[in-house]
Amino acid sequence: MAAKATASRAVAKAPTGLSGLDTVLNGGVPRGRNTLVIGGPGSGKTLIGMEFLLRGARDFDEPGICMSFEETEPQLTSNVASLGHNLDALVRAGKLLVDYVYIERKEIEETGEYDLEGLFIRLEHAIKRIKAKRVLLDTIEVLFSGLGNEAILRAELRRLFRWLSDHGLTAMVTAERGSGALTRYGLEEYVADCVLLLDHRVNGQVSTRRLRVVKYRGSAHGTDEYPFLIDQKGISVFPITSLGLTHQARSERVSSGVAGVDNMLGKQGFYRGSSILVTGTAGTGKSSFASFFANSACARGERCLYFAFEESPSQILRNMRSVGLNLEKWMKRGLLRINAVRPTSTGLEGHLAAMYKLITDYKPSVVVIDPITNLISIGESVAVKAMLTRMIDFLKMEGITALFTNLTLEGTMEQTAIGISSLMDSWVLLRDVERGEARRRVLYLLKSRGMAHSNRMVEFELSERGITLHNDGLALQQRTSA
Amino acid sequence: MNAQANKSAKRPKAGRRRKAMAWELRLYVAGTTPKSVAAFANLKEICETHMGGKYRIEIIDLLRNPQLASGDQIVAVPTLVRRLPHPVKKIIGDLSNTERVLVGLDLKPARPSRPATQA
Repeated sequence: MAAKATASRAVAKAPTGLSGLDTVLNGGVPRGRNTLVIGGPGSGKTLIGMEFLLRGARDFDEPGICMSFEETEPQLTSNVASLGHNLDALVRAGKLLVDYVYIERKEIEETGEYDLEGLFIRLEHAIKRIKAKRVLLDTIEVLFSGLGNEAILRAELRRLFRWLSDHGLTAMVTAERGSGALTRYGLEEYVADCVLLLDHRVNGQVSTRRLRVVKYRGSAHGTDEYPFLIDQKGISVFPITSLGLTHQARSERVSSGVAGVDNMLGKQGFYRGSSILVTGTAGTGKSSFASFFANSACARGERCLYFAFEESPSQILRNMRSVGLNLEKWMKRGLLRINAVRPTSTGLEGHLAAMYKLITDYKPSVVVIDPITNLISIGESVAVKAMLTRMIDFLKMEGITALFTNLTLEGTMEQTAIGISSLMDSWVLLRDVERGEARRRVLYLLKSRGMAHSNRMVEFELSERGITLHNDGLALQQRTSA
Repeated sequence: MNAQANKSAKRPKAGRRRKAMAWELRLYVAGTTPKSVAAFANLKEICETHMGGKYRIEIIDLLRNPQLASGDQIVAVPTLVRRLPHPVKKIIGDLSNTERVLVGLDLKPARPSRPATQA
């Protein structure tokens, strides 16, 4: 159940700057309160915390303190550099401060009563120095292994979290996932305003990161598990409806690359910025349709990015020559880029991250994904659908026209394996029909939103002259096929 | 004891490195609290008994000099840092448990008053 507009305005929010996460949190983490981020080793809790600080300092003018119990400043600097952040620059600008707290049990002898006032003083000193608004404690549980007196520790931690709130600081506290309780040392008892749980699961040898909001006091929030990625651009959380349906619908048309199909679409082709699905059984010419579509974009002088999950670029070029298509010249002119990878080469999140990055770097006006079916082999269909939804939303926002091919099995023609047809604006169905001694290829426009289109099944041929539709797709004479 | 803050309580004779080594101790506290007063008193007594005047105690009040807390990695207070002889040792708490303090300072289980023979 996705949380929506019922959010009370009672709780002020501090945006994390991670757009997907802020959507899930309905605006951000609670301002002036503590948020607990729980996860196992390598689940990305430190990175989420660092993003919270770095973006706060950079984008929201809220300086931040990182009290790090595990990593030194140089380590943190190089870690966040890999996400495209320049920690040094923010430190030099006085917007960020890292205080590395080193505690080693072996080097400490405990004798009698003590408190953690030293920690408080360090924190307060740092906060005063840069007028900090945000604090990250990563991972404060290290204290439990460094100091022996758990009673003192618990009392002091309780005091610390209250102290942070009393000072109006928006804090993020990371903690290890526990086996029985949520966290290993039960920190959720003290830090309870907002709890995020990170998960790193391996399914069929492929890993997917997920994030869930376990609790958010006084605020509505998304309750699903949301996949997220960590890549060169930092962390992206993918709430399925993150972008909402707010994109501008365009009325400009783009050619499908096949004259006959354009004719069936009111003689003009698809809408620019729409999503097109081409489904069909094996050997019905899905890739050819995709290539003609790409070809027409390049011929208009637009850029096309072609994601191939089954064939290598040279294989595609060779095959397309056989239907009279010279794609090589577009590649030479830099108008066409074919990105061929095996879907199993990385996890789902890796693919989507890579695709996202390529698209933002190359800025194509047309994208082909051939076929999306193969992504199913690397993830649960729910996850695949979630990712594709996000990808389609993203493409639409960018105004990119996208064509997806999908392999269907005989008999399941009108359902797609991932159930994504509802996300698509146009759906072209290809199939074989046995007629006499030959198999004939037939094309059908199952849907095309917002335009008049032919509802006929039309025979077509693949030859060295390209894709030719019977009667050029025009229903001049009422010929029956099939 | 605030009067003594950041000043040496006792100084060894000049010959710093050459001769019998001095103890260089730092006691970090946060203001005058019962714990810090107790820690200082306990420390002084231990020093007098076991270090034969060859010691120096520097008291650092973190409320006055908060910037000094990260240098010696202070988290808990009171914290006693043995800066010399090496290696650096840390003892936290009000130093009420003399046995533990002695162990922490390497004065035990070695002979009670170790003549400082090492560097």
